[in-house]
Amino acid sequence: MKIRIHGGRLIDPASGLDEIGTLCVADGRIVAAGESPEPFTADREIDASGLVVCPGLVDLQARLREPGQEHKGTIESETAAAAAGGITTLCCPPDTDPVTDTPAVANLIQELARRAGNTRVLPIGAMTPGLRGEQICEMFILSQSGCVAFSNAERAIVNTEVLRRAMEYAATHDLTLFLRPQDPWLSANGCAHEGAVSTRLGLRGIPGFAETMEVARLLTLAEQTGARIHLGPLSTARAIQMIGRAQYDGLPVSASVSAHHLHLTELDINDFDSRAYLRPPLRTQRDREGLHRGLVRGVIGAICSDHQPHDIDAKLAPFAESEPGATAVETLLPLSLRLADHGVLSLSEVIAALTWRPARILGIPAGTLSPGAAADICIFNPERYWTVAPETLVSQGHNTPLMGWELKGRVTHTLLEGRLVYQLKG
Amino acid sequence: MRYRDIQLDENGRLRHFLSIEGLKRQMLMDILDYAENFITVGGRSIKKVPLLRGHTVTNLFFEPSTRTRTTFELAAKRLSADVLNININTSATTKGESLLDMLRNLEAMHCDMFVVRHAQSGAAHFIARHVAPHIRVINAGDGSHAHPTQAMLDMFTIRRHKGEFADLRVAVVGDILHSRVARSQIHALTTLGVHEVRVIGPETLLPQRVEELGVHVYHHLPAGLEGVDVIIMLRLQRERMQGALIPSEREYFELYGLTEEKLAFAKPDVIVMHPGPINRGVEISSEVADGPRSVILEQVSNGIAIRMAIMSMIMGNRFGSEEEEQ
Repeated sequence: MKIRIHGGRLIDPASGLDEIGTLCVADGRIVAAGESPEPFTADREIDASGLVVCPGLVDLQARLREPGQEHKGTIESETAAAAAGGITTLCCPPDTDPVTDTPAVANLIQELARRAGNTRVLPIGAMTPGLRGEQICEMFILSQSGCVAFSNAERAIVNTEVLRRAMEYAATHDLTLFLRPQDPWLSANGCAHEGAVSTRLGLRGIPGFAETMEVARLLTLAEQTGARIHLGPLSTARAIQMIGRAQYDGLPVSASVSAHHLHLTELDINDFDSRAYLRPPLRTQRDREGLHRGLVRGVIGAICSDHQPHDIDAKLAPFAESEPGATAVETLLPLSLRLADHGVLSLSEVIAALTWRPARILGIPAGTLSPGAAADICIFNPERYWTVAPETLVSQGHNTPLMGWELKGRVTHTLLEGRLVYQLKG
Repeated sequence: MRYRDIQLDENGRLRHFLSIEGLKRQMLMDILDYAENFITVGGRSIKKVPLLRGHTVTNLFFEPSTRTRTTFELAAKRLSADVLNININTSATTKGESLLDMLRNLEAMHCDMFVVRHAQSGAAHFIARHVAPHIRVINAGDGSHAHPTQAMLDMFTIRRHKGEFADLRVAVVGDILHSRVARSQIHALTTLGVHEVRVIGPETLLPQRVEELGVHVYHHLPAGLEGVDVIIMLRLQRERMQGALIPSEREYFELYGLTEEKLAFAKPDVIVMHPGPINRGVEISSEVADGPRSVILEQVSNGIAIRMAIMSMIMGNRFGSEEEEQ
């Protein structure tokens, strides 16, 4: 199968490409970007006039809910949603049920993803069996079974000795650790940023320093052990400063942030809107600006979706009793594009934070349009407006604080290894 | 902006009574004025007015309460409503799903008003957002968020003793962090335009950025009580010791307990209030609680009049006492 995508604006931050041109795909690989090779007879032409053609998005954190919570989402439903959002590679955290702490679960996830055929799914393995934080998992065997990184998901490893050994072990085998910094004591039972809004609404707060306290612990251990760590999704300006300094000191630490935290603040909780109940919590405007600065300075490498689809009942409860998280794979790109519209980043920088930079964090050869690379391609209309509504979402979950928002930028085609896995209707 | 003014209808009239925040000064004054009409009802031999005749009020209490539930029940009965009391063990219904199911069932029984108490902040808002449009919701306390009828009865009591609000200095003492009463009082006092609202307590019992609610923060009781007209003492929950928020009741009483000695720092005509139930010897001494400056029991009787006024108003009855005859 040969495909020619013509007339579009090709943006490939990995190679510095940004021009109107033609992209040629053959046998699931990119054969040329810019000029059409002679002779190239395409089986299929895609007219991308007025559209942007970029690498398929690489999402560092999306929960697919399978195995274990299929009433919230399945690998099939959520990878279809991801494809509709232009994502061609995504990582799913290990807090499945059962936990992704054995090759069997990792294999199951990949097998189901292959069958669905919508996106590439890279499982993140558990650092500790059952995420209990007591022992370390068979990280090497799990990495052989396709786990691209290791994490303890939302559960902090309280025992610092276990954490140290896990880091040392990961460093020994050159494995990446994904850590979500939040002090378990300071955040216990909390559901909103501890500040003006939590005070007004009488909600139990999670202070900003619940994040920085844990960042400090993790950076200290990373320095000791030499482990390659990735921190995210982050929520505070101060954490970004700390990580920036550690990067300056040469520590192999990377960072990510969810698109929601780049746009929303604690004020979006309004009067107990459970759709804005996220973890980490939405924080202050100052934090949001700090996250923007972190992106500009390159401290934050990647923007992720932190996709967490829910069933309807999960959000139908008083705020603190509802479940945190938002469905997000389909709003990742348009939300991120607002950064370019608002002049925070250039369009090419936004795309970099969604493609080759997260790919580099994972150490995988994705997120580029370079000839020879897998033809994972996202084509979107940067000027097209659409309204977030249950009928415009593919995800099984409709829980988003953006419900009813008009967003700019819509994916029109997604190709996975040269195969059209999504095309916008109408 | 989506959920703003859920407690007001399109004409700006009260539909639900969920929080003081968002209500205008005139609305609060109207409630206080209207409540004056009901003060006399309690003293009559026949203590009923027919304002809510034919309506069913459901007290939906997910948290134990004696005084608040009883005063709501009395208020509803004195308005001639039928009253249904439902006490729900919270542990049995922690899921929102069953909460909504329960609401649907009560709606099917043609209830007109829910008076809700719940351990979670925002529960009353949640219920108001999901009930059928004809149903009215009154917040009888939600988590640490709001207890607006308590705040209104406190304002009523203050006005009966002090007249104008404008020149008053009011101190709220104790566990502000967990207190829904304090939050509602602060909103009511600032909306009614008192001269100064002070909160007094150790840093561990004050919420972050509490000053943004329009209050001055004091950590020492004598300094905070200097020249105040009204002292509102808050109940100290016994479990606060476990959260490492205070070391002991003894030390708390030493620092923040209201005694005759501490009372002397306030104005001579100061009034002492407490939403109850009182922990004698923890936040207040018996001499002060039972003393001449205390208006604590008066608060309880005023609670009935205020709740009658609010119930009546949200069911569409407006001002004037012409209907008020038996």
